[in-house]
Amino acid sequence: MENKIESYARSSVGSLVNHMRRLLFRVLSTGPIPNHIAFILDGNRRYAKKQNLGEGMGHRAGFVTLMSLMKYCYELGVKYVTVYAFSIDNFKRRPEEVQSLMDLMLEKIEGLLKEESIVNQYGVRVYFVGNLKLLNAPVRDAAEKVMKATANNNKSILLICVAYTSTDEITHAAQEAIDEKWGEIQESSKASIAQNGEISQEKHEGNRTIKVADIERHIYMGVAPDPDILVRTSGETRLSNFLLWQTSTCLLYSPKALWPEIGLRHLVWAVLNFQRVHPYLEKRRKQV
Amino acid sequence: MACLVNSSAFAFSSSSFPYPTPTTLPIKNMPSKQDALRFPPAWKHRVTTRQTFSSDKLSPIKSMQVHEALPEGLKPELMPKHVAIILDGNRRWAKEKGLSAELGHLSGGRVIMNIAFLCNKWGVDVLSIFAFSTENWTRPKEEVDFLMGLFEEVVQTYMDEVTRYNVKISAIGDKSKLPEPLQELVATAEEKTRGNTGLHLLVALNYSGRYDIMQATKSIAGKVKDGIFQVEDINEILFEKELKTNCAEYPNPDLLIRTSGEQRISNFYLWQLAYTEIFFLKKKFPDFNEEDLIEALSSFQKRERRYGGNNT
Repeated sequence: MENKIESYARSSVGSLVNHMRRLLFRVLSTGPIPNHIAFILDGNRRYAKKQNLGEGMGHRAGFVTLMSLMKYCYELGVKYVTVYAFSIDNFKRRPEEVQSLMDLMLEKIEGLLKEESIVNQYGVRVYFVGNLKLLNAPVRDAAEKVMKATANNNKSILLICVAYTSTDEITHAAQEAIDEKWGEIQESSKASIAQNGEISQEKHEGNRTIKVADIERHIYMGVAPDPDILVRTSGETRLSNFLLWQTSTCLLYSPKALWPEIGLRHLVWAVLNFQRVHPYLEKRRKQV
Repeated sequence: MACLVNSSAFAFSSSSFPYPTPTTLPIKNMPSKQDALRFPPAWKHRVTTRQTFSSDKLSPIKSMQVHEALPEGLKPELMPKHVAIILDGNRRWAKEKGLSAELGHLSGGRVIMNIAFLCNKWGVDVLSIFAFSTENWTRPKEEVDFLMGLFEEVVQTYMDEVTRYNVKISAIGDKSKLPEPLQELVATAEEKTRGNTGLHLLVALNYSGRYDIMQATKSIAGKVKDGIFQVEDINEILFEKELKTNCAEYPNPDLLIRTSGEQRISNFYLWQLAYTEIFFLKKKFPDFNEEDLIEALSSFQKRERRYGGNNT
């Protein structure tokens, strides 16, 4: 009898909280809502230490937080969410830690394929961004499976950066762009020699120079627009080689809370700050 | 460098461990030796007096002077090698005081000189200032003309002091779009101070991070076309050498300060800020003083830099 009352109380409080949250999001939506939010999930290990959890449990707690934060973002109307799950620099950590992180990632990636997962609930398309060749075969195969399975979803997009650093991304994009241009030049010079032995100098030069569009075509993160807000938890104010090319006019927000402690209030604060600077940034974007 | 890595605590037989380890990671992902404080402490003794990292040019006398001149609370071994500043808020400061935007910029110019002097005194090796962005051309013509005139005036006025304090000046950015007189002045200043060994002042004139990355890509493309190297040879170390900041001994900032409370990079250094600690200050730039610089430096010294790896 008591249990019934308890569970009834719990569910009604829960739905009240949901309603309040949706009301809050409606109020926020009167202003501009960011299209793309990026998160650096920092502070999991410190959280585990603080709460006296076992090794590796901090990352699990972090995953739960990630799911709830994603729900808030999609409910708010944010179309793109990017998370910095694993950096190429993180391979420098102790092998046991790297292995446990890989196992956790494999477990969670496979979990995304299940029916009741958030991906199906919110119609999320998942991309895995980074130098995937550095991952081991099971994780890479699972990632590719998820990307294929969610390819038809189009309501929102989740970009998970694994084996990613921005400098690697830019170098790779430059390499591909140069390779493509080099191939084009060789093709066109062969074709022109076959035709008439001459092409005008300007056309030659124009086709030869690499443009910003060439780089952006080959960059891993090219499937999404530039982020509007970059949130890094645990109070550290640095980018740690994440989205350097894309965050040139992005709002940087670094709350002191550790990643598993982050909540709705931080998201709301970030969005309010975004709404404050948005008119100025839009004006600048139109000018440039 | 390779022997350090092999003897490090992370060395692990790659046959049983399927992921890249520091020994098997392609060399391009290693921090370059030149960037002080980029060496994760676990890999190298956390010694460090200034002399361990910097070049032979630093004489014992100068290092002694550095130690003596530091304000209280700042540790010489934790001083950043390269500080970058985004000078934001001149026009808003002037508006608050009821002055014209030009006076705001003028006050800002004076503050830069003070900061450069302090950095030189306290042993910072490189100071970068974001003087003019590629995106600032959209400002009103009178303001742009005023700024160009201001740069000329500042270079001319402070030339003697700069020489006296052994400061080296380099201008990074697309100088070809600047007015001719300014280009000549800047080239003369660079030539005159080329041999100086004190603070290296990098002035970003008509610069942006994306411009820098694009010009590096174009330069590499040109070299590939000329057969100097192949497309497969392109890696992060090569790329970094083509950036404009390569002229400095420490190309990547350890600390970035942005005034006026805005929390964004605004297309300043992009590649170079990969591991930079960022410090935001609510004050507008003309109000930036010695205490604020000390606050930024002491905040920097308290930070724990892990570079994605483990703490000590």
